[in-house]
Amino acid sequence: MLKIFKYTVYDLIRNRWLIFYTGFFLLLTIALIFLSNDVSKVLISLSNITLMLTPLVGILYGVMYYYNSEDYIRFLLSQPISRTSIFSGIFGGMATSLSLSLIVGLGTPLLIRGVLFVPEFITFIIVLGMAVLLSIIFSSLAFIIALYNSNRIKGFGVAIFTWLFFAVIYDGLFLLLLLIFKDYPLENITLGLTMFNPIDLARILTLMNLDISAIMGYTGAVFKNFFGNPLGMMIILILLICWIVLPFYWMLRKVNRKDF
Amino acid sequence: MIRFLNLEKRFGRNKVLKGIDLDLSQMGITAVLGPNGSGKTTLLKCFLGMVIPTNGSIQFKNESILGRHLYRSEISHVSQIVYFPENLTPNELIKMAKDLRPGTTREKHFIELFELSSEMHKKMSTLSGGTRQKINLLLGLMHDNKVIILDEPSSGLDPVSFLNLKSFLKKEGKKNKQILITTHTMSFVEEIADHIVFLLNGQIYFQGKLNDLLSQENRKDLESAIANIIQQKKSTGLDA
Repeated sequence: MLKIFKYTVYDLIRNRWLIFYTGFFLLLTIALIFLSNDVSKVLISLSNITLMLTPLVGILYGVMYYYNSEDYIRFLLSQPISRTSIFSGIFGGMATSLSLSLIVGLGTPLLIRGVLFVPEFITFIIVLGMAVLLSIIFSSLAFIIALYNSNRIKGFGVAIFTWLFFAVIYDGLFLLLLLIFKDYPLENITLGLTMFNPIDLARILTLMNLDISAIMGYTGAVFKNFFGNPLGMMIILILLICWIVLPFYWMLRKVNRKDF
Repeated sequence: MIRFLNLEKRFGRNKVLKGIDLDLSQMGITAVLGPNGSGKTTLLKCFLGMVIPTNGSIQFKNESILGRHLYRSEISHVSQIVYFPENLTPNELIKMAKDLRPGTTREKHFIELFELSSEMHKKMSTLSGGTRQKINLLLGLMHDNKVIILDEPSSGLDPVSFLNLKSFLKKEGKKNKQILITTHTMSFVEEIADHIVFLLNGQIYFQGKLNDLLSQENRKDLESAIANIIQQKKSTGLDA
């Protein structure tokens, strides 16, 4: 597994899409730092962008990488290695290079700006951590989508819809629900529904840390109460890790039954 | 060494292999032939563990291989043109192939045979289709194994490389190895194959020596014998 992981990373750190992606975040972060000298404002702007963009790039890149690697995967399948090792290595390599790209792109300018020595350091770690976690979650969903759809056009379609669902449609349905049942106490249901959407989880964790939940009214207060303490944060992190582990397990199950 | 027992494979409603019983114990070069969609590639992929059979079993050295992977260290495989990771160089791919399976390798022989020395440091994305096929052959054949499986090895090769490949395979066939080839180039089969397995509609139609097939079909060359079989199948609707 480690050998395949190593060569996948070798290949991908030279991939021009990833170089472009890293460059994009580098330029974006530098531009934001120049626009505002306040690190917390830079982090808010960055989190707004990464919460939408990293899932989209993660899922599209994952699907694209899988389809481009189909031949290579078949080559690996004829080697004396188990399917679980092959896919753990390939997926691990892809997720790592995607994460590296974010860490370099977002991290370098802010480190130079001196983020290590300001009170917002924790927020910086959370914004970066969420971007990385969302990339991993959505690229694992991408692998599942590609494994189930041998038709590439259909695979890309399902991938875009999945992103749209979690990034936009889910919140829309959520609001609709709140509106229809506005006469009832919905705080706990809202809390529960949030857990089924990794983007919402990441957004809440970031917001709680930016301490702007005060403007979110009573629900905000309930959220702050639940998530705003170390236990709540732990719960969100555990949920996000479940969002990595479960799709990964699903992917391996599919891999071990699939004809290549 | 390789034995298929009542092997069946279904893709959805499409039954591709319909109970294949095949014992490949004879050494030398065996050509696996058949029209498009007859199940040649599926059969070989089942043996390599890429396709999971619906029914039946496959044995290698008298042991079932289903769900296992270590037996593949004794098998060399060349598939139809492969797109390797585009940012890696052939040298890096060779290193990877050596990392993935230990054993003696003979990559230098193939670098000379296919005149690849000037291409070894270039990224895969910059290489031509023919060169990629040569790298594919190199990576598939560089380990010195007893069993070699080649799926359409001649596609994309220039005549000189094709000649070199043929002479290499002929030599290997004489070394008490088992070589399985699928191809649509009948002159290639006539030249190198010791045995023939002919698949038709997911079943074994013929297994034996080339001359036996020719006399059975009453033809002088393989191409017309095969064309005759396929024509007969069409006219009689031989399907079940």
